[in-house]
Amino acid sequence: MAYLKLDHIDKVFSRGGRDSEVLRDVTLSVERGEYISIIGHSGCGKSTLLNIVAGLTPVTRGAVLLEEREVNAPGPDRAVVFQNHSLLPWLSAYDNVRLGVDKAFGASRSRAERHDWTMHNLDLVQMAHAKDKRPSEISGGMKQRIGIARALAMEPKVLLLDEPFGALDALTRAHLQDSVMALHQKLGNTVLMITHDVDEAVLLSDRIVMMTNGPAAHIGEVLDVALPRLRRRLELATSPVYLKCRQRVLEFLYERHRYVEAA
Amino acid sequence: MSKPLRKTEPMSTTTPSPAATIVSLPAPAVNLWRGRLMQWLREMAATILPPLITLAVILGVWQIMCMKPDAALPSPARIWSEARDLIVDPFFVAGPQDIGLGWRVLTSLQRVGIGFGLAGVTGIVVGAIIGQSMWTMRGLDPIFQILRTVPPLAWLPISLAAFRDSRPSAIFVIFITSIWPIIINTAVGIRNIPQDYRNVAAVVRLNQIEFFWKIMIPSAAPYIFTGLRIGIGLSWLAIVAAEMLTGGVGVGFFIWDAWNSSRLADIFVALAYIGLTGFVLDRIVAAVGSFATRGTQAS
Repeated sequence: MAYLKLDHIDKVFSRGGRDSEVLRDVTLSVERGEYISIIGHSGCGKSTLLNIVAGLTPVTRGAVLLEEREVNAPGPDRAVVFQNHSLLPWLSAYDNVRLGVDKAFGASRSRAERHDWTMHNLDLVQMAHAKDKRPSEISGGMKQRIGIARALAMEPKVLLLDEPFGALDALTRAHLQDSVMALHQKLGNTVLMITHDVDEAVLLSDRIVMMTNGPAAHIGEVLDVALPRLRRRLELATSPVYLKCRQRVLEFLYERHRYVEAA
Repeated sequence: MSKPLRKTEPMSTTTPSPAATIVSLPAPAVNLWRGRLMQWLREMAATILPPLITLAVILGVWQIMCMKPDAALPSPARIWSEARDLIVDPFFVAGPQDIGLGWRVLTSLQRVGIGFGLAGVTGIVVGAIIGQSMWTMRGLDPIFQILRTVPPLAWLPISLAAFRDSRPSAIFVIFITSIWPIIINTAVGIRNIPQDYRNVAAVVRLNQIEFFWKIMIPSAAPYIFTGLRIGIGLSWLAIVAAEMLTGGVGVGFFIWDAWNSSRLADIFVALAYIGLTGFVLDRIVAAVGSFATRGTQAS
């Protein structure tokens, strides 16, 4: 039985008496420790899918099962790293992480343990030196690191990343991708990541889930990325497996499911 | 980002001996502390001088216009000679009704403090409740928009009838005048909490009370302080008007009393006191606001 299972999920938004079908019959099984990327054109409902798994958006039909139990409300077992970091600007980096820690472990761990755990997670993303900085005082990449630390610190069963590197410049993005890859290697989290970057998907994922265009988007194809871990960016550039995977995703996105501009 | 650890390796093992004799330069002539002081003074002068010059020009024009002996309004020189005791000593006590304007301002401030304090607490709580729900917002907002335009004095007869006493009536007028902008701004601030923060709260599972203290209040703080700032201005407007009618010791009654005994010069002095106090009140709320909301601006 799969660790995380999306079971025949349909999502219909009703607005002003008109129904728009966003997702139709999305079914996916994720094993423990797997790194899954969901890729698709803008508006194909991939963020909706992530919000459904996070419990922020209710499903219309179907269910999300985590360890064979249905989940339909948000919770710390499915921590989200949001695209625009979503740090609370009035709290320091430390307090942003601590907020999640206090809620997740307030009952089970002592104050000192929670402090140590917060610092440990800031260390994991190499941000312990900026613990007293407010979000407005640090760069975009650093904010995203804090966001990742906040999510990791809740010890989620599944880590949900919603285009986590989308708003970053290319160099910072590469740096952060390497960090996430190293963290995944070290901690063995189950990760579900939304992206629209083909290279990022191939570099990081065990499997790439390709979504067709909306409305009524569904999973068009699932690609296994048979590249050994730990992957190195430079070596991959010439790896035939990498190039082939990349080719497959590009074909899917730009030949078979070309993005049609909304008229 | 992690700082790259770089060992400082010496470029060569032997220190190169200087090829030329080292000439020590004389210390800079102006010492640093004095230079900084001069710059500070210059900046202060740049902010203080223009308003002082404007004030002098206004007083000068006023003096010229009201110099004739039969002028309807007193000139600045006449105000100075007639109301000198009020200007130079705000805190004299010469009898039950003959006290310095400082005391009167303090009495008025006390009323404002009670009325505005009640309005602040009630306004934030009511605003937070209204901001939470779209239906209460839709139902109450038009009513608030109408009530907030009612002038302070129009409430006075009603509150006198309800309380049958001048002191609570004055406080009620302040309360009812200043509460609307606080309610409306708080409600708007609550409604404008970004969805991101709500998502964060949902994922870490904050309960209602934690959400109120940890997300709602800090996120809406800039709006709340805008409301409080408008509110304190309005309550200072209301106190003077209310005291004119209810009597007592406040600065508003002082103006009414001075008018009845034709002491025009005293009225001008009282106006200056009221203006300055209102200015200080506004600045205090603004300063508290900018201190309390530091860092809340999303980036």
